Amino acid sequence: MRRQLKKWQELPLGLTLEAGSSKIFETGDWRSDKPIWDEDKCTNCMICWIYCPDSAILIKDGKVSGIDYRYCKGCGICAEECPPKVKAIKMVREEK
Amino acid sequence: MIVARTGNEAMAEAMRQINPDVVAAYPITPATEVVQLFSTFVHDGKVTTEFVPAESEHSAISACVGASAAGARVMTSTSSQGLALMHEILFIASGLRLPIVICFVNRALSSPINIHCDHSDSLASRDSGWLQIFTENTQEAYDTSIIAVKIAERALVPALVTTDGFILSHGMERIELLDDDAVPGFLGERKVANSLLDVDNPLTYGPLDLQDYFYEHKRSQIEAMDTVLPIIESVHKEFGERFGRYYPVVDEYETEDADILVLAMGSTGGTGKVAVDRMRAKGKKVGLVRARVYRPFPAAHMLKAVARAKVVGVLDRADTLSTRGGHLYNDLRSILYGSGKQPLLKNYVYGLGGRDISIEDIESIFDELISIGKSNKVDRDIVYYGVRE
Repeated sequence: MRRQLKKWQELPLGLTLEAGSSKIFETGDWRSDKPIWDEDKCTNCMICWIYCPDSAILIKDGKVSGIDYRYCKGCGICAEECPPKVKAIKMVREEK
Repeated sequence: MIVARTGNEAMAEAMRQINPDVVAAYPITPATEVVQLFSTFVHDGKVTTEFVPAESEHSAISACVGASAAGARVMTSTSSQGLALMHEILFIASGLRLPIVICFVNRALSSPINIHCDHSDSLASRDSGWLQIFTENTQEAYDTSIIAVKIAERALVPALVTTDGFILSHGMERIELLDDDAVPGFLGERKVANSLLDVDNPLTYGPLDLQDYFYEHKRSQIEAMDTVLPIIESVHKEFGERFGRYYPVVDEYETEDADILVLAMGSTGGTGKVAVDRMRAKGKKVGLVRARVYRPFPAAHMLKAVARAKVVGVLDRADTLSTRGGHLYNDLRSILYGSGKQPLLKNYVYGLGGRDISIEDIESIFDELISIGKSNKVDRDIVYYGVRE
């Protein structure tokens, strides 16, 4: 997870970065709570996918396939929004 | 060509000859004419500049930042409250290493509201990572406006060139203009590594920079300021070789055998030189040092200039409101510590809000410095010269 950090002499002048650099900025290590997704309970309603502010709900062939822990900050919105009858996502304490 | 020009007219002429790609500006007394005259050049087709009359100085400098990041050669002009309103963006321009040049006119910052000269406005932005060059007369203001573009683009550091409000900005002097085609010839094209408008090679400019990299980027900017003085000297040399007018980083006048020095900035340098001549005519070994380049502070040049002095009177046209006198005084004191030189120092804060300083005033300051040299004692190290008390 830890990137190799550059020395000041190695930086390009003028605070420029390649465009779209947020892809390499993995925010998953901010997380203190972690969503656990239960495939058996999930109805693929996609409400979690709509609400996730970090696009961290992974989709494969039109269905939820998991959570992208590289970016998930553990905000818990997915667990909160998952319909009460379904409850396919629960938050647990992150263990580092 | 020999002409009569005010400081503002001279700076506007320099801008016309530079023909920047973009000028975004908002007029303010006493720099109004620089922008007004330049807008006339735009209207008359004398320049091909994209002129952006902004709704405030904050917007003007913000437009300059965008244009400069796109690769344009960019200039603007302002004064006093205008620079204060630009303050936030000054740091962004320097942090992004954008070589914008401001043709600046010094005017007291409010409050009380005032339109006349002191140096409180540009000195309040001294830590913004911009070069600050204080000029003594109209010729120097004209030449330096051109020189600054080349320095800024070579060092990738923005630059502010100042004249003293009304004293230089509205005072008419004989100056020599360069030929119109000589100026672009001297400056060449601005070369850029990246452009904001290069959609085939998109970049993010000025992204969020947290604990992992902010410090490294600031360190790199500090290095830029550290390496800028040799660039200033080489551009001064190129200008001198081409046009015959040589400028120093620190201006020394009759300092060679002088025991007593006055250190000043701006037009007071010229007033002080006449005072030096008069004192010399009376057999007094006095001299004058003028900080032409104020940021970055030229420590080595300055130490060399004051090396032989027994007493230095530092004239500051602003006060730091820190109880420790003026800016120049603090800078000089700081570099002397540990240098092995300990001349007696006295700080004369003077001329706030445009209060006049005359040749006779500076002669009286020299007389006082001479008596300090004799008694080897400074009673009060910071005084407010010319205030009623």
